[in-house]
Amino acid sequence: MTPFIAFESRVVPMPNNNIDTDQIIPARFLKTTSKEGLDKNLFCDWRYNADGSPKEDFILNTPRGQNAQVLLAGDNFGCGSSREHAPWALTQFGFRAVISTSFADIFKQNALKNSLIPIVVSPEVHAKLFTLPEDAKVHVDLASQTLTLPDGEKVEFPVDSFSKTCLLEGIDELGWILKQAPAIEAYEATRVSTLNTLG
Amino acid sequence: MSGSVRTLSQKVWDSHLVREEAGAPSLLYIDLHLVHEVTSPQAFSGLRARGLKVRRPDLTVATTDHSIPTTDRSLPILDPIAANQVAQLDKNCKEFGIPHYGVHSEHQGIVHVIGPELGFTQPGMTVVCGDSHTATHGAFGALAFGIGTSEVENVLATQCLLQRPSQTFKVHVDGTLRPGITAKDIILAFCAKVGIGGGTGTVLEYTGAAIRALDMEGRMTVCNMSIEAGARAGMIAPDDTTFQYLHGRPFSPKGADWDAAVARWKRLPTDDGARFDREVSIDGDSLEPMITWGTNPGMGVSISGAVPEPSSISDPLERDAVAKALSYMGLEAGKPILGRPVNVVFIGSCTNSRITDLRAAAAVLKGRKVNPNVRVMVVPGSMEVKRQAIAEGLPELFREAGCDYREPGCSMCIAMNGDQLQPGEYSVSTSNRNFEGRQGKGGRTFLASPLTAAAAALTGVVTDVRTIL
Ligand code: SF4
Repeated sequence: MTPFIAFESRVVPMPNNNIDTDQIIPARFLKTTSKEGLDKNLFCDWRYNADGSPKEDFILNTPRGQNAQVLLAGDNFGCGSSREHAPWALTQFGFRAVISTSFADIFKQNALKNSLIPIVVSPEVHAKLFTLPEDAKVHVDLASQTLTLPDGEKVEFPVDSFSKTCLLEGIDELGWILKQAPAIEAYEATRVSTLNTLG
Repeated sequence: MSGSVRTLSQKVWDSHLVREEAGAPSLLYIDLHLVHEVTSPQAFSGLRARGLKVRRPDLTVATTDHSIPTTDRSLPILDPIAANQVAQLDKNCKEFGIPHYGVHSEHQGIVHVIGPELGFTQPGMTVVCGDSHTATHGAFGALAFGIGTSEVENVLATQCLLQRPSQTFKVHVDGTLRPGITAKDIILAFCAKVGIGGGTGTVLEYTGAAIRALDMEGRMTVCNMSIEAGARAGMIAPDDTTFQYLHGRPFSPKGADWDAAVARWKRLPTDDGARFDREVSIDGDSLEPMITWGTNPGMGVSISGAVPEPSSISDPLERDAVAKALSYMGLEAGKPILGRPVNVVFIGSCTNSRITDLRAAAAVLKGRKVNPNVRVMVVPGSMEVKRQAIAEGLPELFREAGCDYREPGCSMCIAMNGDQLQPGEYSVSTSNRNFEGRQGKGGRTFLASPLTAAAAALTGVVTDVRTIL
C-alpha cells in the first residue's frame, strides 16, 4: 500500500443524505471478478441517461466534478451493502476523501482499507462546506487529522489510530494480522469447536 | 468490555478475543466464515498473489446465490460475466479446499438461508460473510457481521478479523402481534422509528415477549434487517425455540457434544442488570402491517398511513431527501399508500424466503387467482426450502394461483441475474432494500411482509391483508 500524503483539492458537492452503495456502484456491475474498471460505472444510474449519454446536470458530468479529490456528501454516506466495490469505484475515479456528518460502519472500514479517508465533520462545518465557491480548495492532512477550509479554518477529524498508522506508513493490515500467528494459535488451542464444515 | 454483568453481545465478543492492544482494534476469532461468488473473487486473488492458504477451510463454507438464474438448473448460465464469476468460485473453492454448495448442489441456496438450515450457524459463534445481511445469523445468538472483500481475505488467511467494539442497543418489543402482523412488520417499524442510520455503530439486541414468541424464521427476518438501521449486527438470545430448531440439523453438534453445547449456550443470554448504551421500545400489541414508501428501508409507514409531506420537515437535507424519494417513487405527498397499483410481487430473499414465509403467502393465495395485471414471482431461499415446499404441495398451489415459482437464489432482491423490474414498475417485495434501482434500473419497491405481498398479488394494489384474511 502506498503511504498517504496530504493534498489539496476542490470539493464536489453531492447534497444527498443516505447515499447507499447501490447508488455508488449498482449491483449489476458486481459480476466482475476484478477490482478494476469500476470508475466508469461510479454513480451509474445518476450519471447516465438510458441511452448511455451523460446526464448534463449530474455533478460528475460538470467541470466541477472533474479532477477533484474530495467528495462532499449528505449524512450517512455509504449505507447498505458491504460491497468494497464502492470505495474501489470512488478511488479509481480519483477521490481520496469523502466528507460527511456520518458514515455507515462497513463502508467506513472498507474506505480506510483503500486509502479513501472518511472525514466526519460537524453539521455546522458540513453546511459551510456546501456554500464554498466552485474553485475553492480544501487541504486534507491525515497526519494532523485536519481539514483546512479555504478561509484558513482548521477542522480536526477523527481517525482511529491503527488505520491512521497503516495509511501513513503504508502498512498492510493482513501483513499485521499474519504476524499475530502465535496469539492465534494459542487461542485456537483453547477453543471448543462445535463445527466442521468439511463433514 | 468485560465485567461481571454482561450483555449477550459482550459475552460473545469477550470469548473470541485473540488479542487486545492499546491503539489497535481487537483481534477477534471467527467461528464461521460464509462465502459467496460476488464478494470473494478479489479476496482469493489476493491470497494467491501472496502465496497464502485458507487457514481454516473447516470453518468456511461457500454457496452460489447472487449471480445465478432462478430458471431451470440444467441449463447453462447465459450471461458470460455471471457464468465466469460462478465458475471462479467453484475453482477457488476447489483450489483452497473449501466446501461449496454450488449451482448443482442439493443444498444450494441463499447464503443466509443455508447457514442456519444446515446447522452451521450456532449460538455464541462469531460469524462473518462478505455480505451486509450476515446480521441474519444473530437470530441464533451469534455475533454476525457483514464485511468487505479485504476483510474476507483477512479472515480466509488468518480466521481473524480486526474489530472495534460497538455500542449496545436494546430493542424491546413487548406484547402480542395481532393476526396479519409478522416479524417483518416489527423490523420495518423499527427501521421507520430510528431511520436508516439510527443504529450506526451499535450491535442490536432484540428482546421482549413479541420477539420470544417468534419462531426462528421470524427471528431471522428481524435480525436480517438490522443493517437497514445501520447496525453492525442484531442478536436474539438463544432459548428453547433456538435449540429445538438446531437439534438434528446436519452440522449441529451430536450426542454428548449436543448436551455440552446446549449447556454452554444457556449461559449466553444477557445478565440481569446489564446496561445497554441505548434502548428503544416498540409496542407489539399496536403494530400494524408496515410498508415502505420511499427509497430506503427507514422510509416506512403502517399500511393505513400516508406518505409524508416534505413541506412539514424542517431540516433542508432531510426535506430534500423525502422530496427526491417521492419523486423517484412517483408518489404524491400526504396521500395514503393503500390502493397504489402494483406491477410485480416478489416473494423471496434472505429476509423472507423460508418455508414459513412461503406457507404464509400460500395461506393467502390458496384457492384464489392473482390479479392478471401483476407478475408474481415466488423464489424459495434454498434447495432445502424447495424440497419442503414440494412436500407440502406449495409449488402447485402457487402455480394454480398464477404465480411464477422459481429456483432458489437472490433473484429480484438484487436483480443481478436478469430477474428485475422494468423502469417505472412498482413492486411489493418481501426483500430488504428499496434503494433506487435495487430491483432493476428505474424500478420502484415497496417493502412488506409475505402476507402483505400476497394480498397485493391478489388485488393488484397495495392492500391491508387483514381485509382479506
Ligand atoms: S437475498 Fe438479497 S439481501 Fe439477501 S444475500 Fe441475496 S442479494 Fe443480499
